[in-house]
Amino acid sequence: MSVAGDGKTAVMDSTRLLRELLDSIGRHSFAPGVAHVEIHGNRVLRSVLVPGLLVEPEEQADGVSVKIRVTAGTVLEQPVQFCFGMVPAKGLQRITLETHIEQNARATFLANCTFPNAVEVRHVMDADVTVEKGAEFVYRERHVHGPAGGVVVVPKTRVRLFDGARFSSSFQLTSGRAGEVDIDYRVDCGFQSVAEMKVSMFGRGDDRIRVHETAILNGAESRAVLTSHIALTDEARAEIFNEIEANAPGARGHVDCKEILHGRGKAVAVPIVRVNDPRAHVTHEAAIGSVDSRQLQTLLARGMDEEAATEMIIQGLLR
Amino acid sequence: MPGRGAAVKHAMRFDGEPKEVLSVQSLCVQAGGRTLLHEITLDIWSGYVHAIVGPNGAGKSTLAHSIMGLPGYHVTSGDILLDGTSIRDLPIHERARRGLTLAWQEPARFEGLGVAEFILAGALQKREETLREALAMVGLGPALYANRAVDRTLSGGERKRIELASILAMNPRIVMMDEPDSGVDMDAMRFILEAIQGLRERGTTVILITHSLSVLRHADHAFLLCAGRLIEKGTADKIIPYFEGTCLPCKHVNVPDKNAVGAAS
Repeated sequence: MSVAGDGKTAVMDSTRLLRELLDSIGRHSFAPGVAHVEIHGNRVLRSVLVPGLLVEPEEQADGVSVKIRVTAGTVLEQPVQFCFGMVPAKGLQRITLETHIEQNARATFLANCTFPNAVEVRHVMDADVTVEKGAEFVYRERHVHGPAGGVVVVPKTRVRLFDGARFSSSFQLTSGRAGEVDIDYRVDCGFQSVAEMKVSMFGRGDDRIRVHETAILNGAESRAVLTSHIALTDEARAEIFNEIEANAPGARGHVDCKEILHGRGKAVAVPIVRVNDPRAHVTHEAAIGSVDSRQLQTLLARGMDEEAATEMIIQGLLR
Repeated sequence: MPGRGAAVKHAMRFDGEPKEVLSVQSLCVQAGGRTLLHEITLDIWSGYVHAIVGPNGAGKSTLAHSIMGLPGYHVTSGDILLDGTSIRDLPIHERARRGLTLAWQEPARFEGLGVAEFILAGALQKREETLREALAMVGLGPALYANRAVDRTLSGGERKRIELASILAMNPRIVMMDEPDSGVDMDAMRFILEAIQGLRERGTTVILITHSLSVLRHADHAFLLCAGRLIEKGTADKIIPYFEGTCLPCKHVNVPDKNAVGAAS
């Protein structure tokens, strides 16, 4: 199936699925002019596009391959809304995304990944992103999981940034159970390009979280910031490996790993810094511990009880 | 403006005898195995601005933290009464719910937590109007600050004013302010002093922890601490000579120990 950017709507025969999918993310309609694509399992339920945005979805046996192109010079004023998910309790969804942001184009994608009833669901995302010279791409991924934690999420993303390109991503999984999450992101930065990647997650129960983010600063004066903020409670576990390698003059990078432990949660945080050019500069910070006592005492002194105060501090950190 | 050495004269609107709202009785406090407060006894009067003054290490902050119930301070004897009832064994949030709160010398940073959310955290009325009024009282524009985070992007002075705004929104009965002038510029200090005046006009009891003459001058009544002991109390005018270089009536000597220098050589 191919859908051109002509503003027409391709409505699939799955109204109920579509409604359930959108209900789970608290979304019921989109304003006119907002591009949006909804994918359930291996079916493209609907896609509404705008000029300059080309989306070519292809249904596979266990998922969907999608080619996305934002044409040169296009500036998408409104974020493009994606919804990937599965309503049933069991299943596999494999999404392959090939995203190309052409020269001097600018786009923001908001991706909601929803598995509200998951008991035994596996969601695999393989993404390949190219941001051409002078282009800007923002990708925000928000996960909505149910209370059972029966979901395995395996997102793998490779990003290439050309001269002066900017890329910003965030992965947020802060409500419901994380289940098992294994994130692997890598960005290669060209001359004067900028990459920011942030992961925010709240692990509960016996959730298992693994994050590996890598930025390779090959371009002169390129910059990267990798941030992972994880909160763990109950018996949840997390391992964070965030890595920046700087190989060019003027390259700048910073790695920030913060993990809050509550209950019996356990965490490992390993910031890795490699600098192969004396004119580059990369810094890191890593902290694992309980909720900051001064923050907690401040909110307690305003009359909040400890549970509510802790929740407020954690939710702030995960934003 | 009153000259140096004189307290600011506020229009006193108190009728009759001062009424104590908070009473510290023979309080002894230890931390890290050391006794930091020795038999402190003092009464805090409802609606007054009090100051607790003294040199560094006198025990001023320890006293405020002990009254608030912060961990790390072990009350070995004595009591703290709020409206005649002991709060010694209450946790921090229960003391706060009875109307007591504390502004820290260096307010905490909260990564990701919005100014609006922070200010309204302890407010009974979590309304936009409460937020706007509280920010206005400390001289910060809601449009510029409400959507910012209480994080490192705010200066120390801004955080100090935002913490004070959170207290104004909470509308407590008693506020302890630890070094309100610490780390703030003249402009910020003006707004902080105006906010203290606003609290006074609301009838809130204020306890200023300070070693600053300019802050002390705004108090109706002061307590002088030295080396963990209460050594004097009275009007601000009575305590001010302490700042004039006369450390009276304490025997505290704030000069190097010549004998110690001789021993070292």
